[in-house]
Formats: sequence, C-alpha cells, structure tokens
Amino acid sequence: MEWETVIGLEIHAQLATKSKIFSAASTAFGAEPNTQACAIDLGMPGVLPVLNQDAVRMAVMFGLAIEAEIGEKSVFARKNYFYPDLPKGYQISQFELPVVGKGHVEIDLEDGKTKRIGVTRAHLEEDAGKSLHEDFQGASGIDLNRAGTPLLEIVSEPDLRSAAEAIAYAKKIHSLVRYLEICDGNMQEGSFRMDVNVSLRPKGQDKFGTRAEIKNLNSFRFMDKAIAYEVERQADILESGGKVIQETRLYDTVKGETRSMRGKEEANDYRYFPDPDLLPLIVDAELKAQVREQLPELPDEKRERFVLHLGLSRYDAGVLTSSRELADYYEVMLAEGVDAKLSANWVMGDLAAFLNKDALEITQSPVSAQQLAQLVARISDNTLSGTLAKKVFEHLWNRDGETVDAIIESKGLKQISDSGALEQIIDAIMAANPQQVEQFRAGKDKLMGFFVGQAMKASKGQANPAQLNELLKKKLAG
Amino acid sequence: MHDLTLRELSAKLAAGTTSSVELTQHFLDRIAAEDAKINSFVSVTAESALTAAQAADSVRAAGKAGPLTGIPLAHKDIFCTQGVRTACGSKMLDTFVAPYNAHVVDRLAAAGMVMLGKTNMDEFAMGSSNETSFYGAVANPWDLTKVPGGSSGGSAAAVAARLAPAATGTDTGGSIRQPAALCGITGLKPTYGRISRWGMIAFASSLDQAGPMTQTAEDAALMLNAMAGFDERDSTSVQRDVPDYTAELNNDLNGLRVGIPKSWFGAGLDDGVATQVRMALAELEKQGAKLVEIDLPNADLAVPTYYVLAPAEASSNLSRFDGVRYGHRCDAPHDLTDLYKRSRAEGFGSEVKRRILVGTYVLSAGYYDAYYLKALKTRRLIAEDFAKAFAEVDVIAGPTAPTTAFGIGEKSDDPVTMYLSDIYTIAVNLAGLPGMSIPCGESAGMPVGLQLIGNLFDESRLLNVAHRYQQATDWHRRIPAAYA
Repeated sequence: MEWETVIGLEIHAQLATKSKIFSAASTAFGAEPNTQACAIDLGMPGVLPVLNQDAVRMAVMFGLAIEAEIGEKSVFARKNYFYPDLPKGYQISQFELPVVGKGHVEIDLEDGKTKRIGVTRAHLEEDAGKSLHEDFQGASGIDLNRAGTPLLEIVSEPDLRSAAEAIAYAKKIHSLVRYLEICDGNMQEGSFRMDVNVSLRPKGQDKFGTRAEIKNLNSFRFMDKAIAYEVERQADILESGGKVIQETRLYDTVKGETRSMRGKEEANDYRYFPDPDLLPLIVDAELKAQVREQLPELPDEKRERFVLHLGLSRYDAGVLTSSRELADYYEVMLAEGVDAKLSANWVMGDLAAFLNKDALEITQSPVSAQQLAQLVARISDNTLSGTLAKKVFEHLWNRDGETVDAIIESKGLKQISDSGALEQIIDAIMAANPQQVEQFRAGKDKLMGFFVGQAMKASKGQANPAQLNELLKKKLAG
Repeated sequence: MHDLTLRELSAKLAAGTTSSVELTQHFLDRIAAEDAKINSFVSVTAESALTAAQAADSVRAAGKAGPLTGIPLAHKDIFCTQGVRTACGSKMLDTFVAPYNAHVVDRLAAAGMVMLGKTNMDEFAMGSSNETSFYGAVANPWDLTKVPGGSSGGSAAAVAARLAPAATGTDTGGSIRQPAALCGITGLKPTYGRISRWGMIAFASSLDQAGPMTQTAEDAALMLNAMAGFDERDSTSVQRDVPDYTAELNNDLNGLRVGIPKSWFGAGLDDGVATQVRMALAELEKQGAKLVEIDLPNADLAVPTYYVLAPAEASSNLSRFDGVRYGHRCDAPHDLTDLYKRSRAEGFGSEVKRRILVGTYVLSAGYYDAYYLKALKTRRLIAEDFAKAFAEVDVIAGPTAPTTAFGIGEKSDDPVTMYLSDIYTIAVNLAGLPGMSIPCGESAGMPVGLQLIGNLFDESRLLNVAHRYQQATDWHRRIPAAYA
C-alpha cells in the first residue's frame, strides 16, 4: 500500500529573557549546578510566582509575527506530576487558554512552491531542572539552574507531509525566533528543542493514523534521520498488519533508531487546573500595539524586498534571509554601497564555501562584511579580476591584511589594465611562439586559449582578462 | 500587665511606665509557666525576642516609635520565619528552617512588634480543632478538655490565655474566626488579596488569607494597618490604598443596615449560641442599626464547594513536599518511587492525606468537570448571593460557629461533622469577603462568637461595628479564670 506521512511539531523555544519566567534568578547558561535557582525555583514553602513581563512581550511578538489570534485573556495552569527535577511537583504552563492562538507560516518546498503550515497555538511555560544520572554512583544529581526558564511551546497543525517539510518548517520557526531576538536558537544548549509527532495513513484517507511522538530532538539532521526511521518502522508495522501504538519515543543518535521511552506512563493524568497563584494574563490592544512597534522586518518581508528592490532571484533572496545573521551580514555589505547581485554571489559562493569548509557560522567569519564589500568594490572598478579577487579573498580569510587595498598592494595583486604593458607581454609571447601564431592565422581558432594562458602566466594572473582578449585578437589578426 | 490590649500596652510604653524588654520578659515568663497545659506554642524564641525588645526600646528612646513598637506577639507556625523552624504543624517540616521571612512577619517586625514564638496549628492548616497537629492537640484555656478550634488554634488559645497580647492567624475556611469564637477573642480575616501571602505556607491558594487575632477590634485595626498592602511578590495581592483602619472605629451605627441570613439560624445551630448571637444583634439594634433578613440561597452549597476546591488546590500545593530537597525523607529509600511514597506516607498525617486524596480525585480526568468545574460555578453563585445582599445591607451578621468548643476527641473520627463546624465561615472565603468574629457571650461557660461579614475591602466598617459593640459590652475583656 502507498502510505502518506503526517507530521506535526511541538517546538520548545527558550525565551531570551534575562531572568526566569516566575522569579528574578538569572537564566544564563553554564553556571555551576544550583547556583541560579532561588527559593521560588526551588519550590520552597510559601513562595509565590510572579510573571516576567518580558516573556509575555516575547510571546506576543511571536504571535504577531505568525499573524496569530492573540486573545485578550490567557490562563496559567498547573500540570501536576512528580519528578525530582520538577521542584513544585507541578509545572506552570498554559492549557485551555494559551497566550498565542491560531497562526501560520509559509515554507518553501523543494519544487519551488510554497506551502502554508498552520500553527495551532503557542503557550508560555516554565522549564524543569535537569537530572544528572552520570557521575553519581547509585544516585542521581539534580541541577535546578534551568528550572523556571521561560519556554514558548509552539505547536503546529499536522500539516507536514515529509521529513523535508518538517525540517523546512522547523528551520523557519528557528529563523523567525532569532529574527525576533526572542530565542538564541542554540540547539546544543537546548534553547530550541523539537518533539515530532509522526503517523502514517493510506494515501487518500482523511482520518489520521495513530501517531508516535519522538521527543527532544536538538538538531535538524537528527530530526531528518529520526523521521526517516520512524516512517519506515511504522510502515513495516502497518504492512504486516500490525497496529502502531501511541507512545513517546526517543531517538538514539548513536544507533540511529527510535525506541519507546515510557509506554505505560502515557496514560499520565496531569490534572491541569488554573494556577490560583497567578491572575489571568491580559494582553490588551495597547500591549499588542506596543509590541507591534518593536517588530523587526520579518524574513518573508525582507526576502520580498530583496527580490523587488535589489533584483535578486527568489531563491537567492531566500538563502540570504534564511537567518537573521546572514541577512545582517549581507545588509552591512549593501550599506557600503556595493553591487547587490555581485555581493550576493560572493556571500552565497566563496564565503559560504569557506565557512562550510571550516564549519563556522556567519557570525564567526574571519572576513568581515566590510572587507567583503571592499573586495566587491574592487571587482566592480576593475582593480581585480575574478581570479585575483579569489586570491585576495583567501588572504583576507587567512587574515594576511586588514583591508583589501592593503592586500592588493602588499601581495602585488593589482590587475594589469595598462595597454602598453599588456602589449609588451603579447609581443614577447608571439615572438616566442611563431609556429602557433602561424597556425592561428591559418584558422586554428582554438589556439586563442593557448595565448591567453601564456599571457596570464606571464602576467602572474594579473592581466585584465577582457582587455587581454581584445589586444590578443587585434595583434594576432596581424 | 498581660490583660492589657495592644492600645493600652502602647500607651504604657509611650508613657514610659514599662519597657519592651520588661513586657517581653513578662510574656515569656507566662508562656514558660502556663503553656504546658494548653500547648499553644510550638517554638518560643526567647533570646531573639529579648534582642528585638531591646532594639524596640532603642527605637522608642530615639523618638521613632510607632503604635506597635515593642509590643510582643506570636506568629502562627504557617508563616516562614528566617532562622526559626517553620513546621506548619507537620512532621513533614519538623526540621525545616526557612531562609526568608513571610511578608506578614517582616511587616509586623518593621512595625516594631516582637516575636515571642510560633503557635501550634492544625497540620498544614487542615482542621477545625487543632487536633491534627504533629505537635499535639491544643487545649481550650476556658476548659482544658475542649478544643480551641482550628486551624489557628494555638494563636487563639495563646491570646485567650493572655500568653501573648496578639497573634497572627490564617483563614482558608474559617481558621481565624472559628478558633477566635471558640476561645473568646477577636479575629479578622481580611478581603482576599488585602495582605500578601508571600512566605505563608499555602493550603488553598485562592482562599488563604492572613489576619490578626487580638483581644479587641481596635487592636485588630492597629495590626491590620501594619499587615495590609500590596506586595509585588504576590500576584494576587491587590494594588489598592490602605486606609487607616482606626479612623472609623468610633462612627456611630445609626442607620447601619445589618443583614441577617435567616438560614443560619435554623437546624444545626446550638440554642445557647443562637441566644447569645440574637442578644448581640439586639445590642447593634439598640445602637441604631436596622436588622434586615436576607437570603443567601446558595449558602448550603458552601461546605461541599469548599471541600472540592480547597483539597484540589491543596493536593497540588503539597506536591512540593516530596522528600527531595527539604523536609522529611524516609530512611534508605530503595528507589525514587519508594522515596516519594514513604516520605509522604510518613511525613503527612491522616487529615492531610485525606484531603490530598480528595483533591487528586476531583482534578482527575473524567471527574474534573463533575467536581472541580462545578465547584467553581457554585463558588460564583455563592459570591453573587453576597453581592446581591450587599446591595441592600452594609454588613452581614450571624453566628461564627454552630456550637461552642467541643470536646477533644469528640469529632475527630467524623470528618463530615467536623467540617460542618465551619458552615457559617466557609462561604466568606469562597466569596473573598472580609469577615470577623468577636466574643458576644457565653453558653454553659464557653465563649460564643458573633460573625460580621463585610463587602469587599470594607474592613473599616467591620472594625467600626465590632468596636462599637465592644464599647458597650465586656465579653472581649473576659479571661479564663485560670489565666486571669
């Protein structure tokens, strides 16, 4: 039978507030265990939560960015369960009334089309602490630094039909929260975690199949592999007449497989009820208007502008706006007044290749946007040929000089555009290769390449290629 | 000296005829001599009390004394006190010392009051007789075979026996007013949100409210002045100006409309209590008040509503007592589940367990709508009844409790009968209203309480009515013979 994959995502984005969602303790990552947990985070007797308004602002900002319904009133609820890293015995979350309601984002499909993916809701909640099972023989350690860190849980509709779509959606959300500066997006540190619900159904059937949830994926690559594994696992079960069990699974990154996490606890009853320590959260028109004013240009808007005003292709504009950092880099170049298309080619070409080779992020690039802009400017004004520009770029990458001009000067990489100098080179080559000159004149056009090569070599690659071609043609014609 | 009110002690201190150190020592001596019989204190902080008293005397010497500076008091052991054990009547917290003070503790300390110690209470404030305390039952100073009421039974007994001139209490379903009635003292539960709950160990968060327990309404006003006010650490505390609660104490009662819920005088109310309460109402009438019969049609739903909502919240609030970070932990747990099960089984008493079970049940999938959600709806109906009543009356008056103090052990095996001792107080918490109990007579030698209920934030009026009543009567000055 032919199966259709149905995927929905729950993304936990850690909000980039300075302090926790219900206390004044710091949210900074990497501190000594239990040094960033105050009485509230520790669930001491008699303490009370007070909502961090900055977390609210960030949630509302996300809601506005995905054109979501933002109800005036949302409610914090307690999700009750016992676990050592959950100090109060309940997690404060939102249940029936989330701060952000229905919204949507557009993703690009492989065939160049776009698809609208529904976002069911996004709600505020606190993170739990961490249980550390290693290093404590026969016991577990608990670090409550993370307890009370604000999270925005973003729940998608089951609108995704393949791993590729799921990744495109996850990347879109990842890019969006970074554009909005509401989440640092650091997946290694757990600032952006994904739970994936996967189910299969016979192609053409409306009713969804039974889903399995793969929890806590922290890379797009693992998500891709986990979905692929899970689709195959479920297909095997269904093909052989079995039934998929609704359960939570974990992806084992070493073995490359998903496995059941806690089967029977699935029937957990969290006994949600409104938290009596917190008043309903009111997001009024005034707050929404305030946050709307703080909204930066969103990636889709920026992409549209790059296409319309800079003449970039949709694809190029999409790549350049895929992350805020990359777009920022590109826009710093544009601010130097250089050619937009040429700049785009350099960012997406050589720069991307070098970054990739050294596994660096754009923010770690040894070549600054200003330097790359200088390079582009020197190409535009014919100081550099493409070949020379690549050499200069390598020097920049290796930090052989501060500015492009200094490198051109010190490495003698200036393009030779002086006709006299070029003619001298050509004359010498023609004199040294009379046979080839004769053959060329007899109609062996292919030899043009030979002369260009010789001249380039003689000029150490610095000859202006267009000018060289022109002069060669003239001289060889006799 | 121990028979004096806060106002009178304040005057003596101001006149220099006594010092805070002398006063504090006097009460410490009384506690040492008398408390063994009634068990009202679980901790006595003699050393820090005398240090605080000295500091208060210095403040007074510097001319910076306020009306409460240097006056001793006792705190219910539900309020966290930095460096002093806060056990909340439970084995679970027998070893717990908070690293912070409750807001109420800080406020009263800032007003110059001197903490003598912490008072006994029903475990986690769950009880109406102070028999559920891990630290043993408290005896009623009027008759040592009887209960003082609960859950603030230790505070009520301590003030009644004049072991402290005043105390703090908390009231979730009557826990200030009912023991105040049973011990013959004055107790005020302010409007929900009037006093910050920070540092007060939660029983049922949407109902819990701290308040003063004193000899007189005037004293309650003085303490409320120090306790009330917005606190940014408690999101449910209300941002609203705090009036001077002593300002309207002496207003006359001419034309005051007093609502009498007729259903509160029916079956279940002890005849002796009914007689005393009617006489108190007659006194109000004599002072110019008009008695108006009112109907609270949903009042009979208050107890069942409360015993769904309060346990529901409690079941969640008490989850933090898991033996992991502080409090009681069982010996040598063999795994996590064992740690949870035994720590909680050993740490909690049976009434607390009963309420956790009930609360867990009513929040469970499949029962939530039938119990919890329905109780929220009846809670709203009850609040609406009061709102309608307050359109026509200024205060509501009636009995605080259906009987006088009952015998120790008499109701402890019958939770439902026990729960009914809060039948007149519970609705007030559900509606978030301020309520008071003041002594209004004796029945067979035991004190009877008159309950006064006010509209939201109308504490001034309650205190005014109570004060005028106390100006005309002397029930509030009566002291059990053994402690006179």
